[in-house]
Amino acid sequence: MIRGMLIFGAALAAALDGHAADGPARAVPDTLAQRVAACTSCHGSAEHPPAQDALGERRYFPRIAGKPAGYLLNQMQNFRDGRRQYPLMTWMVSPLSDDYLREIADWFAGQHLPAPVLDRASLPPADIARGRRLVLQGDPAAKVPACVACHGQRLTGALPAIPGLLGLPRDYINAQFGAWRNGTRHALAPDCMGTVAARLAPADVVAVSAWLASEPLPADPAPAQSVPRPLPLACGSAPEGRP
Amino acid sequence: MKRIVLAALGALVLAAGVAAWVAWPRADFIPSRAPAAWAPTADNIARGAYLARAGDCVSCHTARGGAPYAGGRRIATPFGDLVAPNITPDAATGIGAWSADDFWRALHDGRGRDGRLLYPAFPYTSYTKVSRDDADALFAYLRSLAPQRRPNDPHALRFPYDRQWALAGWRLLYFKPGVFAPDAGRPAAWNRGAYLVEGLGHCAACHSARNGLGAVGGTLSGGLIPAVGWYAPSLTASNEAGLGGWDRAHIVQLLRTGVAPESAVFGPMTEVVANSLQHLSDADVGAMAAYLQSLPATREAREPAPAADAGVMKLGQALYGQHCKDCHGADGRGASAGGAPAYPPLAGNRALTMDSPVNAIRIVLNGGFPPATAGNPRPYGMPPFSPVLSDNEVAAVVTYVRQSWGNGAPAVSAPDVNRYRAVPLD
Repeated sequence: MIRGMLIFGAALAAALDGHAADGPARAVPDTLAQRVAACTSCHGSAEHPPAQDALGERRYFPRIAGKPAGYLLNQMQNFRDGRRQYPLMTWMVSPLSDDYLREIADWFAGQHLPAPVLDRASLPPADIARGRRLVLQGDPAAKVPACVACHGQRLTGALPAIPGLLGLPRDYINAQFGAWRNGTRHALAPDCMGTVAARLAPADVVAVSAWLASEPLPADPAPAQSVPRPLPLACGSAPEGRP
Repeated sequence: MKRIVLAALGALVLAAGVAAWVAWPRADFIPSRAPAAWAPTADNIARGAYLARAGDCVSCHTARGGAPYAGGRRIATPFGDLVAPNITPDAATGIGAWSADDFWRALHDGRGRDGRLLYPAFPYTSYTKVSRDDADALFAYLRSLAPQRRPNDPHALRFPYDRQWALAGWRLLYFKPGVFAPDAGRPAAWNRGAYLVEGLGHCAACHSARNGLGAVGGTLSGGLIPAVGWYAPSLTASNEAGLGGWDRAHIVQLLRTGVAPESAVFGPMTEVVANSLQHLSDADVGAMAAYLQSLPATREAREPAPAADAGVMKLGQALYGQHCKDCHGADGRGASAGGAPAYPPLAGNRALTMDSPVNAIRIVLNGGFPPATAGNPRPYGMPPFSPVLSDNEVAAVVTYVRQSWGNGAPAVSAPDVNRYRAVPLD
């Protein structure tokens, strides 16, 4: 398939070579979709769905389509300002202004992409059961709130800045918990997810990521308009008083 | 016999001492015109703010995510890391206790308030050309900032580079203080451009090769930026970024907005345009362009590059068709959008065809955006291809674009690509 695309691409390139050589430079669409081709090459777009691995799960890069714009803006600023560390993302967003980042966040918030999920039957049943309990009920003994308490009963996030948790690659979820625990991922203080991650055992993280990555998106993947306040933990990126 | 040897030795030591004394870089202390020159007046502060933009002080003196000018950014060098200090007016950790004369000595003579010699990563070899009046306005501006209490981290240099005597020796060899002397035979705009390029702009800090001791050649003849791994092209060589043949309006457009019909800025220059050049006036950037265009053009004679292996070119062409053509065009002529430059042409693009393939490799691996500027607030970006292409594939596609549409640059190899896989941030 890829080989076929390569040959087709080469044939097309050869066919076009020499045609436009004397004309003015071509025009591309004056649209945000065209401007952010640098982002959708990894994060996917309707025309170019994100790459998937053999199990049908999307590759490491997280789903950002449809996430609340406030969350996406926070993350781009976190990369730019060193609170999150993924050099390629820092590199991409550093030259851009807050206004432009806001526009990009709004655009991705309005996108909707299919979200392939892991085959649950291929995962250890014990992990799935433990993961489901943690996501829906939390672990009161470890003072870990349920994911749904903040991320919404449908886990699609909440406006304006709490992200949805479904449709993410399992590797990505695991890596975020690792980064919080190692102190290489931060949010605006107080960093609620840093606190949660520190209270979870590695086996809990594995269970949560197994369940989340194998749970299909609900029919309506839009974020909730709001979640009950106050949140179980104070979060600098979704502060009280700014519902 | 013994006395003759001793006398000869003594004469040698004396001669060396005299030579060092004669060659010692002496600062001409120029007093302030009047205390009014650095008084916190709106006029001085505004002028100083503009000059701070011209000097791009904020880029080094700000840590990622930190308060502007509060220092903390680590500057990697082949001799170890230097940490840019806090230059906000905090009395304990910044320059709050400095006098205008202290500030002048730092800028002009590379000395701290305590008399210690400063490291030339702080480009005082260029800043020494700044006039006392401009230094005073800069001082007035920095004093007007909100003080930030942020103690300076120590430098982390290896022996012997961490010694003051080593620095003294370096200055003896490579530093000559002196304010810019205008050339009366040249127009005022040329002199203004020369003053900005050679002084505050410190273009030579990147665009000149450095020798083994980190000294800048000062000829804007291009060089690999140490430790960062981007190649800052020659600003005089016609086969690199020499500006002789360019439409001046396009040079100004590139430097003030980040894009021009022929090119887009990338790599470390992105930050220079975002933090410095876009904030300068058309007249000043035009003067800088005029000065750069007046420099004698150089061109290294080179043999035409041998044609790359046909299999590599075939793979490169296929990859180009799949990943690059939609934006840069099958003919390599780039694309515009709404009448403005969107994607730069690759045919004849010297950023691509100069001998050093470093930048072309980095651009394909990392992608990125030109800076968002007032003149180009919503730039078009390039995807990073490091996640999807192997070293071999990147080498093939870079080789293909370096040898197509009349481009005649040498092929690159997979090991060339592999060396630059990591994303350089600072």
